[in-house]
Amino acid sequence: MKYLLLLPLFFVLLRGHAQEPATLLQKVRARLDQVNDYQAAGLMKTNVPFLKVPEAQVTIYFKKPDKIKIKNDKGISLVPKGAVTISLNTLLRGSYTTLDAGLDTLNGHRVRLIKLLPQDETADLVLATLYVDESRVLILRARTTTRENGTYEVEMTYGKYAAYALPDKVVFTFNTKDYKLPKGLTFDYDDGSKQHASGGPATGKVELIYQFYNINKGVSDSVFQ
Amino acid sequence: MWTLLRIELFKIFRRPRTYIPFAAIAAMILIIQLGLKFDGRSYLELMMSSLSDSFIIPYGMIMNGYLVAFVILNTLLIQVPLLVALVAGDIIAGEANMGTLRLLVIRPVSRTRLMLVKFFASVIYTVLLLVWMALLALFLSMLLFGTNDMMIARNTVMEQIKSSDVLWRYIAAFGYASVALSTVAALAFLLSVFAENSIGPIVSTISIIIVLTILSEMNIPLYDNTVKPWLFTSHMLAWKGFFYSRSDGQGAAVAGSVENLPAILRSLGVLLGYIIAFVTAAIVAFKKKDILS
Amino acid sequence: MSPIIEVSGLTKSFREQHAVNDLSFTVYPADIYGFLGQNGAGKSTTLRMLLTLVAPTAGKIRIFGMDLRTHRNEILRRVGAVIERPDLYKYLTALENLSLFARMSGIRPDRRQLMSQLELVGLAERAHSTVKTFSQGMRQRLGIATALVHDPDLVILDEPTNGLDPQGIADIRNLILHLSSHREKTVVVSSHLLSEMELIASRMLIIDKGKKIVEGRADELFDPARTIVELDTEDTSFTAEKLSHSQWHPFLRERRGEKFVLRMDKAQVPIFIQDMVQLGVKIKAIQPRHSLEDYFLTLTTANQHVDSFTD
Repeated sequence: MKYLLLLPLFFVLLRGHAQEPATLLQKVRARLDQVNDYQAAGLMKTNVPFLKVPEAQVTIYFKKPDKIKIKNDKGISLVPKGAVTISLNTLLRGSYTTLDAGLDTLNGHRVRLIKLLPQDETADLVLATLYVDESRVLILRARTTTRENGTYEVEMTYGKYAAYALPDKVVFTFNTKDYKLPKGLTFDYDDGSKQHASGGPATGKVELIYQFYNINKGVSDSVFQ
Repeated sequence: MWTLLRIELFKIFRRPRTYIPFAAIAAMILIIQLGLKFDGRSYLELMMSSLSDSFIIPYGMIMNGYLVAFVILNTLLIQVPLLVALVAGDIIAGEANMGTLRLLVIRPVSRTRLMLVKFFASVIYTVLLLVWMALLALFLSMLLFGTNDMMIARNTVMEQIKSSDVLWRYIAAFGYASVALSTVAALAFLLSVFAENSIGPIVSTISIIIVLTILSEMNIPLYDNTVKPWLFTSHMLAWKGFFYSRSDGQGAAVAGSVENLPAILRSLGVLLGYIIAFVTAAIVAFKKKDILS
Repeated sequence: MSPIIEVSGLTKSFREQHAVNDLSFTVYPADIYGFLGQNGAGKSTTLRMLLTLVAPTAGKIRIFGMDLRTHRNEILRRVGAVIERPDLYKYLTALENLSLFARMSGIRPDRRQLMSQLELVGLAERAHSTVKTFSQGMRQRLGIATALVHDPDLVILDEPTNGLDPQGIADIRNLILHLSSHREKTVVVSSHLLSEMELIASRMLIIDKGKKIVEGRADELFDPARTIVELDTEDTSFTAEKLSHSQWHPFLRERRGEKFVLRMDKAQVPIFIQDMVQLGVKIKAIQPRHSLEDYFLTLTTANQHVDSFTD
């Protein structure tokens, strides 16, 4: 999901070598460009230490170049901010230096690591690392470090919609402030269960399983209000 | 038995002061609902303050009838036992004060039966208070604020329950609350036997509940391990347990589940035990009592 | 005739005080049985024990031939009582109060029956008024109606005339007589007024400090030939000296301040007066006394149990 937000990146890259990072990224971008918009149905699983929420059926809307919205029509969903806003804004503004960081294996796939360093030193983004599957021309993972919003990571798994470079599953890992409310406010019932021990920041994980995509069928702007 | 019960309920409901608790509950609930309707956002922002940095919070959806009902129930924790004590503490002592006790006791009805009937009458009163609360706190809130998923802000965890999964929990919670409040009634009832005037039992009951609640909530290790599990006030909050879901091991809430049902049932057992103990003690004391009033 | 009430050895102690001490008495059917004693003598406590309001420390009570401890409900179904002030539910009407107590006594009277009960005590017009609006006398009457609504065989009235005006007292008196003669009920009435009791009681029990002083038929207890006189003189010490040396000395019962109280036959009174005058005693007044306190003085010794009085 987040990797879609890296789209603007590719406008700024200059390198043309096929196996060079810039070229590789350009190839990926070309595949992505096929998608003007989509509306997808997905299952959102939240795994954050201090949240106990049910799996939610959500609808994900995307419109080029950078509009994303995750909506739960049937109830409440707490969507991590980074999933739809953070990286998008930061990456749009910057220009980057790309670095080839070598090869690695990720989930059984050969990947090329590409590091992005913003040329603007005041940008919120400090460093981004992309794990690109060269054979399939897909980004499998993106790890981003920002100044204001900590580090987060997006991991993609592809299947039916690989041709559009749209993932079947996205796992979004992020840092959050810890949650605690004073006992005098909550008057909890102590049922003896061990609860998450709070204290300090925590790491959360949100998993989005895409069930199907409606691609390029047109998405109105009002959806993103 | 039924005739006597009907007579007791008749006496209770013909007395103007009986209706004060109903009015008080209605007033408190409406005040809370008004407050949340006009400025529920501030309340929610407080509740969600540590989450708002990392997550997009749909405040409008969170402030719904189910949440409002929970806030109301939470707030009325201390008040409603007082209102229950008002009637239960008066049921023997009040008759002694009025002088009617000696007329009741010379009836061809055993003292045991008299006491049981009076206790059941106060339980029925308690249940009616709760039904009234349910109508106003839950159903009226659902009408005023709509329904949606329910967010429960606990001490270290924020839980979410799907809207279709909420109502049965409220029914169970109200059922549990009626046992919890009946425990208060039983205590007031017991103290009522020893007094000739209802102020004593009412004030004593409330004082006891306040002191024990403080002990229950304090988290001082000395009390936690020894006294706390035996205090009935520690178990009065167990109705909330119906709103705690089980986790599926990967951090998601399992629909239709209860985090620790055995604990709730154990708490229920403790409360029932107290009720039986209090009422038995009351009956024994009353049987031996010389009615000089 | 088998007794309605048989009490033997009845004792009630509160801490170390004996409110009632080894009391025994019998009430027969159709008696109007008077319970006489000063305030605090133990009358109320005894009646409360008959009604199971207070548990005896020792002793036996049998009513209608049954042991009160084992046949309580059966017995109480046939007993009606007013104990001290009749306190009823002030926020309910007369009719509601009556209906409530009737149903608790096991009967289901309809409105007509209840209204006729209220008529009996003259409260039919106020049937729908709350007791809060009733005067003391009206409450007393309602209390009696409550005691009678289930047509009990035994009626126990503890100080029923307390706080009533003379008309009210007369009404109660007539009611009691009516209950006994026309309704064949046995009535136990307690009072501290000897004069009232004398007018209605057929048999009496006099108690003092929890103990029986005497029990018997009313006409037996008060010998009409005897009397108590109270002598008021000008020079008390002179009179005292004269009395102590005279033949009248054994007749002196007590001194009440400046007055002398003596017991003698009525026939002796004129002779006594003559003697006093002859001794030089200046008599200011000489009056017959006929109160309960005085009655005690007719007994040979103050605290002795006497079964019947003959002298």
